[in-house]
Amino acid sequence: MSPVLALDPAYWQITTLKGIIALVVVPSTAGIIAFVFLFKFVSFMHNRLGPMEAGPHGALQLLAEAGRFMQKEDLAPAAADKRIFRWAPIVVMVATFLIYVVIPAGPNAIIEDLPGGIYYVLAIASLSVLGILMAGWASANKYALLGALRAAGQLIAYELPMVLAVLGVVIQAGTINMQGIVAAQMGDGAEIFGLSIIGNPYILTQFVGMLIFITAVQAELSQTPFDMPVAESEIVGGYMVEYSGTRFLLFFLAEFSSAFAFAAIAATLFLGGWALPEAWGIPREAMHVLGPLVLLAKTMLFALIIFWVRFTFPRLREDQLQKFAWKVMVPIALVNIMATGVLKVVF
Amino acid sequence: MPELPTPKLPGSGLMKGLALTMRTAIETMFPDGLKNPVPQPTKGAATVQYPHEKEAPTDRARGVIALHDENCTACMLCVRECPDWCIYIEAHKTLAPPRRAGGKPRAVNALDRFDIDYSLCMYCGICVEVCPFEALFWSPEYEYSELKIADLLHDKTRLVQWFDTVPEFEPYESGSEAKVKKLPPPPKAPAQ
Repeated sequence: MSPVLALDPAYWQITTLKGIIALVVVPSTAGIIAFVFLFKFVSFMHNRLGPMEAGPHGALQLLAEAGRFMQKEDLAPAAADKRIFRWAPIVVMVATFLIYVVIPAGPNAIIEDLPGGIYYVLAIASLSVLGILMAGWASANKYALLGALRAAGQLIAYELPMVLAVLGVVIQAGTINMQGIVAAQMGDGAEIFGLSIIGNPYILTQFVGMLIFITAVQAELSQTPFDMPVAESEIVGGYMVEYSGTRFLLFFLAEFSSAFAFAAIAATLFLGGWALPEAWGIPREAMHVLGPLVLLAKTMLFALIIFWVRFTFPRLREDQLQKFAWKVMVPIALVNIMATGVLKVVF
Repeated sequence: MPELPTPKLPGSGLMKGLALTMRTAIETMFPDGLKNPVPQPTKGAATVQYPHEKEAPTDRARGVIALHDENCTACMLCVRECPDWCIYIEAHKTLAPPRRAGGKPRAVNALDRFDIDYSLCMYCGICVEVCPFEALFWSPEYEYSELKIADLLHDKTRLVQWFDTVPEFEPYESGSEAKVKKLPPPPKAPAQ
C-alpha cells in the first residue's frame, strides 16, 4: 500500500485502520443491498411501496430491524451441539469478510492486494459452506441438516462452472491479480476492435462467461431460483431454522454482504471495476475519490440482475439444480474456455 | 395437417418473466411515463398507506355484524349455527300489547343480552344467513381494534350502533343466483 497522504503509518496502525474500514463497509453494503433491493425494488415489482414509516421512504427500517433482532433471546435447542451451534454464524460472517479483502475500490483502496486475488476469492467463497454445515449439523434438526447438505451439494456443483467462467477472464487478461484484471480492461492500451473509448470491458468478449458467472453466483449465494438450502416452503428455512436473534441477524448480514461482494467481483471481472476507460483522460489522482463510487455504480448493476432474477422466478427442484449445473453450465463453460484460448492465441 | 405451435427461442419464457417484473417496477416508480420522468412511487403504487389514508371498502364488504334489535326474537338460531360459539343471547318472556284492539296480549321474548365476541368471530357470515327475522346485517366498517382482547366483545348497544352504518341493499348483479329473502333494512325512525 503506497501512502496516499504524506504519512508513513506503522504496520499496526494500517492494520487497525483496515479493520475499522472493513467493519464499516461490510454491514453498510449489506444495508444498501437490503434496502434498495429487498425493501424497495421488490416492492415496486409488486406494485406496492415497501416500508415507509421509519425515516424518509423507510430508510431507517433496517436499523429498526437490526434492533429488533438484537433484543431477541439467543436460543439454542436442547439437543444442539452448543459450541459449534454458536460459532457457525460467525464462521459464515468471517468468510464473507475475507472476500472483501481483495476487492479493489481504487488505485490503492484495497485491503490486501494479493497476487492471486481471484483464486483467493474462489477459495474463500467455499469457506462459508463450512459454517453452513456446522449450523445444520449442530442444530440437531432434520430440516437444518437437509438444508446444510443441500447447500454443500449446491456449492460443489456451482463452484466448478464459476471457476471455469473466471478462467476465461483470466486467460484473456493474462493475470489472476484483481488490480491486474482491472488494468487489463481499463488501463493503457485496452481497446476493442481498435476502439479505446470504452476500454475493453470483458462483458463484451466474455459475455458467455459472464452469464455463467452470474448464474453460478446466484446459486452460490443461494438466491431464488437456487435457494433450496433455505427453501422456506419445503424445509422451513433450512440451516437457519433453529437460529434466532443476533445469530440469525449474522446469517442475514452475511447473505446480503456476500451478495454485494460477489456483485463487486463480477463488476471487477466484467466491467472493469473501479476504473474508467484510460481514453477519457481522468487523472489517476481523481480515481482515488471516484473509484469507490464507480465501483459502487457497477456493483449495483450486477446486484440489480441478481435480485431481479431472484424476485422473478420460482425455485427449481433439487435434481433440476444439479442437472443444470453438470449438464448445461459446465459444458458451456468448457467450450467458452476453449474458444477464449484459441482466440487468444490467434489474435 | 394440424397447425404446429410456433417454435420459441429457448429462454424466451424466462425473458418474458423478467420483462414483466421490470415493467411493473418501472411503472410503479414512474407512473407518468416519459412525460414526467420523476420517481413517484407513492403515486404509482396500487396500495394505500393505511393509517394515513383510508381505503373505502365495497358496500358488501364483511366488516362487522350489525344487529337490528327490534327484529330479534331470541330464537337462538345464530347462536347454534355459529362455528366459533361467539354469540351470546339472553332473553326473558314478556307480554306485548295485542296487535288488534280487544285481542289477547302476545307473549314475546325481550332481548336482555346480545353479544358478539369479535376475538372469536371468523366472519363466516352464517349467522347473517341463518337469521329468519332480518335482525343481523353485514356492515363494511372495519376499524374497531382494541388494546385489550376483552374489549372486542361487542354488546347489544354497540351492535345496534353498527346498524346505522349498514348500507342500503344493493340488488344482486344480473345472472347471479337470485336470493330475494334478504330485505333492505327498514327506514330509520324519524328523530323525535
